[in-house]
Amino acid sequence: MMTELRKILLAEDNPNDVELTLAALHENHLANEVVVVRDGEEALDYLYQRKSFASRPGGNPALMLLDLKMPKVDGIEVLRHVKADPATRSIPIVVLTSSREEQDVVRSYDLGVNAYVVKPVDFLEFVNAVRVLGGFWAVLNEPPPAR
Amino acid sequence: MPLRARRSIGRKLTVMNMLVSGAALLLACASFIAYDLISFRSLIVNNLTIRSSVIGANSVSALTFDDPAAAETTLSTLQADPNLVSAALYGADGRLFAAYRRASGLGVEARLPETIAVDDETRQSWSNDPGIIVMRPILFQGTRPGTVRLRSDLGALRDRLMRFVLIVVIVLAGSLVAAFLISRVAQRSIAAPMVELAKFSEQVARDRDYSVRAPAVDGGPEFEMFTSAFNDMLTEIEYRDVSLRASRDELEERVQQRTAELTSVNQELEAFSYSVSHDLRAPLRHVSGFVSLLNAHAGPSLDAQSQRYLTTIAQASARMGQLIDDLLAFSRMSRSTLTKQSIDLGVLVREAQAEVMGHTPGRDIEWKIHPLPEIAADRPMLRLAVVNLLSNAVKYSSTRSHACIEIGAIGDDRLETVMFVADNGVGFDMQYLHKLFGVFQRLHRVEEFDGTGIGLANVRRIIQRHGGRVWAEGEVDKGATFYFALPRERTL
Repeated sequence: MMTELRKILLAEDNPNDVELTLAALHENHLANEVVVVRDGEEALDYLYQRKSFASRPGGNPALMLLDLKMPKVDGIEVLRHVKADPATRSIPIVVLTSSREEQDVVRSYDLGVNAYVVKPVDFLEFVNAVRVLGGFWAVLNEPPPAR
Repeated sequence: MPLRARRSIGRKLTVMNMLVSGAALLLACASFIAYDLISFRSLIVNNLTIRSSVIGANSVSALTFDDPAAAETTLSTLQADPNLVSAALYGADGRLFAAYRRASGLGVEARLPETIAVDDETRQSWSNDPGIIVMRPILFQGTRPGTVRLRSDLGALRDRLMRFVLIVVIVLAGSLVAAFLISRVAQRSIAAPMVELAKFSEQVARDRDYSVRAPAVDGGPEFEMFTSAFNDMLTEIEYRDVSLRASRDELEERVQQRTAELTSVNQELEAFSYSVSHDLRAPLRHVSGFVSLLNAHAGPSLDAQSQRYLTTIAQASARMGQLIDDLLAFSRMSRSTLTKQSIDLGVLVREAQAEVMGHTPGRDIEWKIHPLPEIAADRPMLRLAVVNLLSNAVKYSSTRSHACIEIGAIGDDRLETVMFVADNGVGFDMQYLHKLFGVFQRLHRVEEFDGTGIGLANVRRIIQRHGGRVWAEGEVDKGATFYFALPRERTL
């Protein structure tokens, strides 16, 4: 029996990046539905079914692609929140960022990130990175049972 | 230190006073006594002379009538004088006529001369023993019936001298006591202010309190000058002390200020590079991404020139991405902390060689690696520097069919380790040497040799952070040699 494809949550404030990421996902023919949130607060709202996401069907996303530098609540805060809460900590989170700064990498791993990927400048490399990521986390990887 | 020098000044003054007054007194007494003794001797001689005249006059008849008994009676009246040792009468022919000898006491004359030389002169002789002798001819009515000889000892003189000495001793003792007492009082006016000043200066030296001032002492103008000069000195010291403290405080403040400024600048720099890392790269990625999307979307329908434009845009953004990455790495290099450890340079060079060769397969390169020493350095940083140097050597010798790269250490300097990397590549013109190690400075076009121009800047920064130096020698088309020198550490 085929497992229902679960959603990918993309937390990214920059519309260009959103478009490119979506294009890269599309390029790789990933069939998962992608939910886009534009800042950390929205990401948490989605996870906890608050505000505009109050009526969404339950369940955690199969993967969360998280940008670090976002308005209001930044990626590090979201990461801290999600990984500290038993209800959400099993969600695989991949930090997808422009920053190669050591402090960001170290802090992300300290908070329990599942992977840290620096977005390649070259689009083809980026497409390739998204293919590997999506293929692994959203298809190959067996997600934790839905609650 | 000799005992004399350790005596207090007050004691020295007292001793000096007593010596001076004692010496003066002794000298005065001695001259007085000498004068008195000389006068007294003359008096004795005069007395004897007069007495001999009297004896002579009284003995004229005894001599004339040859009556020695009568003469002896006359002579025996002289026994009243205890100092008279003997008296004798000699006849006109010089023979002993009559004599008197003192019965007892010192200097008794056992034998009187039996004869004497006869003349009209009165003679006297003076010595310690036999004493004073006076010989006086008796003159009577133009004749000379005999001679009187009197001899006296120096008892009177001695007694007088003894009395004098006793008096001198008493006076001297009294004077010294008086001098001692007087100088004890007097020294207070000299020594006491000095002692006070000495104590005061000692206290200043001990407490280092330069705000105090020496009190005025009552000891004369010299002491006033001394106190005033001392206080002037204290004022000067106090002034310097205050200004020294002020400048030290100011310096400390300035250091703190600078540190704060530096910290702030450093933080800004960090924020800046973070911003560069994150914000500058994003639009670049967008350019690259949308160019790719455009190419995929409309590529087939575009003419060749438009496609070339798109390729150029993509290449330019890729290069800019590389530049940003290199600049960030360079900035990180400057900020990260150094952790020095002992490193086998030979092992490090082999590692770097393997890494560089991994990126450039299929090259015919002859490697000459000489024995290399151990050094103290931050391993990841130094490794990066060596990789940069080796990859440069490989890159710039790529036009050679047979490339040769030589690595070794030179000199046997105790202070620093010098390593070189030499290649037979395209080399460089020495007139551009100053540009070689600059950030993003290149001596070749990108089409000739790939790269951003950050490699040697990194090498220089790494070596400089280790307290070393870098330099290079080269000749166009002959090759280049890069050197770095690292200081040796004794702690290894």
